[in-house]
Amino acid sequence: MIYKETGQYKSSYKSDHAIFPLIQDKIAFSTLMFIAFLVIPFVINSYWEKAILVPFLIFSLAAIGLNILTGYCGQVSLGTGGFMAVGAFSTYKIMTYFPDMNIMIIILISGLITAGVGILFGLPSLRIKGFYLAVATLAAQFFLVWLFNKVPWFYNYSDTGQITVSERLMFGIPVTGASAPPYATYLFCLVLVVLLGFAAKNLIRSKIGRSWMAIRDMDIAAEIIGVPPLKTKLSAFAISSFYIGVAGALYFAVFLGAIEVTESFDIMTISFPVLFMIIIGGLGSMLGSFLGAAFIVTLPIGLKFVMVDMVGMSAVTAKHFEITIWGLLMIIFLIVEPHGLARLWSIAKEKLRRWPFPY
Amino acid sequence: MSLDDLKKIPYGKTSIELKNISLAFGGVKALTDVSFDIKKGEVFAIIGPNGAGKSSMLNVINGFYKPTSGLINFAGTDRNAMEPEFAAKSGIARTFQNIALFKGMSTLDNLMTGRLLKQKQNFLMQALYFGPVEKEEAEHREKVERVIDFLDLQSIRRTPVGSLPYGLQKRVELGRALAMEPEILLLDEPMAGMNVEEKQDMSRFVLTVNNELKTTIVLIEHDMGVVMDISDRIVVLDYGKKIGSGLPEEIRDNKAVIDAYLGVSDE
Repeated sequence: MIYKETGQYKSSYKSDHAIFPLIQDKIAFSTLMFIAFLVIPFVINSYWEKAILVPFLIFSLAAIGLNILTGYCGQVSLGTGGFMAVGAFSTYKIMTYFPDMNIMIIILISGLITAGVGILFGLPSLRIKGFYLAVATLAAQFFLVWLFNKVPWFYNYSDTGQITVSERLMFGIPVTGASAPPYATYLFCLVLVVLLGFAAKNLIRSKIGRSWMAIRDMDIAAEIIGVPPLKTKLSAFAISSFYIGVAGALYFAVFLGAIEVTESFDIMTISFPVLFMIIIGGLGSMLGSFLGAAFIVTLPIGLKFVMVDMVGMSAVTAKHFEITIWGLLMIIFLIVEPHGLARLWSIAKEKLRRWPFPY
Repeated sequence: MSLDDLKKIPYGKTSIELKNISLAFGGVKALTDVSFDIKKGEVFAIIGPNGAGKSSMLNVINGFYKPTSGLINFAGTDRNAMEPEFAAKSGIARTFQNIALFKGMSTLDNLMTGRLLKQKQNFLMQALYFGPVEKEEAEHREKVERVIDFLDLQSIRRTPVGSLPYGLQKRVELGRALAMEPEILLLDEPMAGMNVEEKQDMSRFVLTVNNELKTTIVLIEHDMGVVMDISDRIVVLDYGKKIGSGLPEEIRDNKAVIDAYLGVSDE
């Protein structure tokens, strides 16, 4: 009864193909955007910024990127950490060479550079599939992290091997560096996520998205229809890497400020968690990318709140529990609901449509 | 562009001619020295017992297999082999013996993939999704809706095809091929596993496509009743060799064909 499309007739193909065809969804989304843009910036504090909102936004972007490649185009990738590192180091190098360039432009260029690297590592995908491709992208992960660690040019020959962001302004307000106010970093990420999120959704619902899904579901039939497999797979690698690169640039420049590549872009800290995000959130679903990111980002905080603050466990024990629970949830999701939180949401909608009647 | 060449050919004249096609996988000879021609606008059936090389023949026509020897004359030009993308662009569409739909996508999206080659907007425009892209989507949607209308698929427009029953999946696959607006339609056992009603429906669809859109149909089918009823000409393969060709009545009385299907008596 809450979700009823009765009486909402579509009289043009354009309106039928809208992102939010139902008025309820439209209202919900507008409310969300209103809160995100006009309420949160005024109440945000440093804890919410650093612990929840900014990491959520950045990982949403990375999850969208990986979902394009894995969820929509069916190419498994474990190289997310490596590609995010490419975005981060590109940003760092561009910042050193062009001190006056606008940070937004720097980040988008870093995305484009990552897209190029993604195409390069996507080339084996024409020949190999599934597990074997996953191993090839794993090689990308290790190679890229090794490269940024071993070649001093990338970290400007600093002794520690760390890269540190310098302060950059957007409309006169610092968005990177230590003195950036919470609302500024939050809004900066939010704008990018909303714009790129819509762009991704548009790609998915038009020609290129259908070619990706065709390749994912049945590559032979796709080829017979006239979808070129190499071009389509590489476009997925490029666009996916662009999103992951932008996420990496934000992760470095806006979120952490200073990073050390082996630690920050490790397979265990980035590649696997982002993969879990899209599996738990829902493969091949935009909503799933956001839900998965929110879930993975808030889970440790929630568990810490329950175990340390409420039950009174020691922080170390709680940390061990957290990893166990994480693994358990992964297994449960894979067995019970492989389509993730997004599927649970659509089931809930189906139930709401009929509520309070069972049929 | 060979699609234009193909369109210029008058109805009833040869559009594809296969000359001495042989195809071998290692030592296995799938096709040996097979020649026939397909005339524009006809319903052409390829029949034969299991393993005769019928599907291989279709795969040669749409470029999925490259023949070991022989030539394919397509719309007046001799070629050693076809390419899948070239075949798709030249107006050849096909369905598969084992349904090859995109199972995760809805019926509508499956049919829309049939329009992919005809959509011209680049990806930056698609990302922005304004004016021209919206217009293009709506245009192709309209074409697809006509196919949905024709095949009675309205009620399953939004259903993921993986969850549809077999007969409907076959119909969606035909729809996807039709959405390409093909000049030549290759159907690999479109009625396999169907009951009589479904076969009647399918035959009706195939004949309507042939009559109204003037699409050339190349058909592989095991149900002899259907084949004899709807095809204009037939070629018979057995063990990769052509053992007969001609009008349905001629095939019915052909000794070699009867022997291939029923076996040779010892006497």
